[in-house]
Amino acid sequence: MNAPAQVKNHATKISVRSLDFYYGGTRALKTISLPLHTHKVTAFIGPSGCGKSTLLRVLNRMYDLYPGQRAEGEVLLDGENILDPAIDLNALRARVGMIFQKPTPFPMSIYENVAFGIRLYERLSRADMDARVEEALRGAAIWDEVKDKLQASGLGLSGGQQQRLCIARSVAVQPEVILFDEPCSALDPISTAKVEELIEELSSRYTIAIVTHNMQQAVRVSDYTAFMYLGELVEFGDTDDVFNRPREKRTQDYITGRFG
Amino acid sequence: MSLYATRRQRNSMATTLAWAAAIFGLAWLLLILISLLYEGVIGLSPDVFTQTTPPPGSKGGLLNAIVGSLIMTAIGVALGTPLGMLAGTYMAEYGRYSKLTTVVRFINDILLSAPSIVVGLFVYELLVGPMGHFSGISGAVALSLLVIPVVLRTTEDMLLLVPGSMREAAAALGAPRALVIGKVAYRAAKAGLVTGVLLAVARVSGETAPLLFTALNNQFWSTDLNAPMASLPAVIFQFALSPYKDWQQLAWTGALLITLAVLALSITARALSAGRRKSK
Repeated sequence: MNAPAQVKNHATKISVRSLDFYYGGTRALKTISLPLHTHKVTAFIGPSGCGKSTLLRVLNRMYDLYPGQRAEGEVLLDGENILDPAIDLNALRARVGMIFQKPTPFPMSIYENVAFGIRLYERLSRADMDARVEEALRGAAIWDEVKDKLQASGLGLSGGQQQRLCIARSVAVQPEVILFDEPCSALDPISTAKVEELIEELSSRYTIAIVTHNMQQAVRVSDYTAFMYLGELVEFGDTDDVFNRPREKRTQDYITGRFG
Repeated sequence: MSLYATRRQRNSMATTLAWAAAIFGLAWLLLILISLLYEGVIGLSPDVFTQTTPPPGSKGGLLNAIVGSLIMTAIGVALGTPLGMLAGTYMAEYGRYSKLTTVVRFINDILLSAPSIVVGLFVYELLVGPMGHFSGISGAVALSLLVIPVVLRTTEDMLLLVPGSMREAAAALGAPRALVIGKVAYRAAKAGLVTGVLLAVARVSGETAPLLFTALNNQFWSTDLNAPMASLPAVIFQFALSPYKDWQQLAWTGALLITLAVLALSITARALSAGRRKSK
């Protein structure tokens, strides 16, 4: 049932093929296969512990930071298997950015937070750097709020602003894919709305994957939805189809709140 | 008596005992500080900072001891801090899950509580013996051995307090490990790291035992690292035990100087870590 039969034809940015994931001896992902379509938003829903965050952390090999975690199978980014041990992890993460559940501004100024990522890859003059930082902050819809205090600490911003600063920081290194790991679960409704709007806007330029516990959010922001349960991919398809015409009973039970 | 009344009674008894114990402990500390202040302040004069230790019966100060202490503490901290920091960084960052870390942490805890006189004897065997004479540099090395465990411990603790999400966020931008640590983790833990170094300075600036076996003492002005060097604790030790009134006075004043310096360092360290908490 992994074959997403009724999905329309779109270019595939990332193709997950028969992916298994292990935390030590525990199998957390069971033979997952699905595509992430170019410049589309794919939402991952499912109850806690179903493996959706785990899957996201495979896509930029974040799990590599920790011992005892390993993935088997294939994850093709533009046809290249990123699970290959020989792959340059830093180069991969430059292409696949990530936004976390809790905003993670670095303990430095707003300007430096954004410049940090850019400096990893480019040596720019002061003026060029200023332009790039502004562009990134504009791209994350936070420029107007911070333009007069770029040298203030990023830690002094509100939670929603911090999250958009993190998005700006991620966008600044010009990735191709951005992974959102429950980006709004620590934010109030107004900040959530801003971030959602932003995600929609970003999808015209980036391929986006978002893990969320909020099913309305999945409906609002995503083009495709994957429902996961106990490490399995239960259903994947058009968001509209998954929520209105689910093929699987388990999907229907979850989205109508009968379990999970 | 009702259950509730008994409980209340027990509670007030325990509270009283806790108060009494706290006051008992603090009272002695206060007495020590007051007598130190009382005895030490009398001897404070410009001479203390401008003249070297005198022979009994003549005027003099503590200049050579102050400078000797500063030199040896500075070199000790300069030698010990990088070692402690690098080891602490390994333990908290690279080797967080390795066996070596557990072993090093255990040994470091022993070193942290080892009597400092043992460190003095060790350096005596290591340097003083082969060199054939006491010297300022062996004093500095002995102090550095006391700096390492303090700095190592605080570095590891402070880096472990840096949330993993911060490292993940930096790694997610494609930053290599060294930059994640150097530019993000260190910066997040900066106040704590500085506090650790200050605490190490405070710890070693009052050490006597390791210096007696290594730098010994020097009645005269000397900044030669290859020769015996005066230090405040060693001078206090010698002068306080002497029968001469003026030497005893200088010992009190020296003790006051060290105490004030350590107090200032501790307050700075506290202020730094308080500032860190506030900024979070």
